Amino acid sequence: MAATRKFLDKVEPYFTEGGKLQHYYGLYEMVDTFLYTPSDVTQGATHVRDGNDLKRTMTYVVLATILCVMMAWYNTGYQANVALESMGKASIDGWRNYIMSSLGYNSSNPLSCMVHGMLYFFPIYIVTLAVGGIWEVIFATVRKHEINEGFLVSSMLFTLIMPPDIPLWQVALGISFGIVIGKEVFGGTGKNFLNPALTGRAFLFFAYPASLSGDSVWVAVDGFTAATPLSLAVTGGVEAITTANITWMQSFFGFIPGSIGETSTLACLVGIAFLLYTRIASYRIIIGVFSGMVLMSLLLNMIGSETNPMFSLPWYWHLTLGGFAFGMAFMATDPVSAPMTNTGRWVYGGLIGVMVVLIRVVNPAFSEGMMLAILFSNMFSPIIDYFVIQANISRRIKRHV
Amino acid sequence: MEAYISLFVKAVFIENLALSFFLGMCTFLAVSKKISTAMGLGVAVMVVQTLTVPANNFIYNALLKEDALSWIGVTGVDLSFLALLSFIGIIAAMVQILEMILDKYFPALFHALGIFLPLITVNCAILGGSLFMLERDYDFGESVVYGVGSGLGWALAIVVMAGVREKLKYSDIPEGLRGLGITFITAGLMSLGFMAFSGIQL
Repeated sequence: MAATRKFLDKVEPYFTEGGKLQHYYGLYEMVDTFLYTPSDVTQGATHVRDGNDLKRTMTYVVLATILCVMMAWYNTGYQANVALESMGKASIDGWRNYIMSSLGYNSSNPLSCMVHGMLYFFPIYIVTLAVGGIWEVIFATVRKHEINEGFLVSSMLFTLIMPPDIPLWQVALGISFGIVIGKEVFGGTGKNFLNPALTGRAFLFFAYPASLSGDSVWVAVDGFTAATPLSLAVTGGVEAITTANITWMQSFFGFIPGSIGETSTLACLVGIAFLLYTRIASYRIIIGVFSGMVLMSLLLNMIGSETNPMFSLPWYWHLTLGGFAFGMAFMATDPVSAPMTNTGRWVYGGLIGVMVVLIRVVNPAFSEGMMLAILFSNMFSPIIDYFVIQANISRRIKRHV
Repeated sequence: MEAYISLFVKAVFIENLALSFFLGMCTFLAVSKKISTAMGLGVAVMVVQTLTVPANNFIYNALLKEDALSWIGVTGVDLSFLALLSFIGIIAAMVQILEMILDKYFPALFHALGIFLPLITVNCAILGGSLFMLERDYDFGESVVYGVGSGLGWALAIVVMAGVREKLKYSDIPEGLRGLGITFITAGLMSLGFMAFSGIQL
């Protein structure tokens, strides 16, 4: 390690003011502070500084997704292997077959599932990192700001909410939109008002609906169709899910077709626990989202409908299906696009919970509502903050009359 | 009753004049810098919309529609080609009256709105509301609900926009995009969020 430190110190003059490569200081700074704790100290009057800086916060969020990532590997491969077995195929077309042929496509062999899933996860992740990274470096270099770890979070979350079968050029386009229009035009991490990963996915969702919705994209096997349990529920309620032999426990653990990393509620709950323990996520938002969802689905259960089976879907199914748990853990709690006031966070969480159930139940155009519910609420978070602050001001004025 | 409620929800969210039809953009982009001003303008648009849509509906049904003049004994006359002209006239008159009221009773809001108050006259959202009313054949009750709903939807959009823009004051926007450029992008991203409602059938 001492050798790398020495090397970094040796090349530093090239990158600082007046050096040959001064335009690329952002790159140097990224590598340096990623490997070592920066030696910056406070200057001026304030001498208290939290040890938990932005870099550590962002790294923790990436760490919190680890179980989701592992479930993503396993479940993507498992679903694909099950599909291949049901189709009676022993091999697939394309480059993945070279690696997989030695392992076989056996759904009861965890290693085969893991590796098969990785072969779908990593191409998407690498494209996301490479394309997003290029944009990040371009903006950091031209605009002379630091390359921020927030990008690692956005790219990880973006990868986990992609369907396994998505064409890679669409992945590149989506992350470009998310990073550039969702974040960098506002000045980078912390200055945006929508969640960049969700912005990218929403762009793809509306631009290429065939690759992000429907029945044939959720299992990574060509020509195999499997509806997500959520879209099954849209057509036939809970009965349709159970007739497809999907139990609640199964959807809780995540062995259902869906986006790569969002199927497992358990993994998301572990992520929530980690984020709450490290005090990165706000428990107010999480409880708000959860209770908003429960209240709204109980209300709709009570109202009932003869034509729309989604009305009767109980809250514990809403919790485990689709991207609800993942969005609640990692998207809604994004501190940048959520309100800054504590009261505002309750309202914001509640709004997401209510909206997600409303979109899922009332809107026949989209079976999944979490992405749009969070984007919609992101928009409202500044105005929620404004009203909370105004209420506080008028309360304090009254107190001192 | 239920029909009125769904028409109202539709006018506020699903067919939001600002974020689904992009009507009334000039004022939407220009007066959304401060939340308090945006709220004032939003209320003004809502009031004007609530008054003009039913008024235009009444004028159209009582005077302009084919055979509408039968109540004074004139039949076979179709004046509906005058609809656009008379709608604009009504809107201009309403705005003028509103302006005088604001000047007299709410001078602070009157000065904050400034030039944009007379500009409500030519706000496409207002005329758009009346034309949608005409196109969709609303009766008088529906036109009242639609007037309130579409005005409220526009007001909601501009207040949310102002909130986002106040937050964006702390952003570090590239020089070429500062001002209107980033506002256009923001409006686009907001309508992406409002897509959540597209497709709802009521």
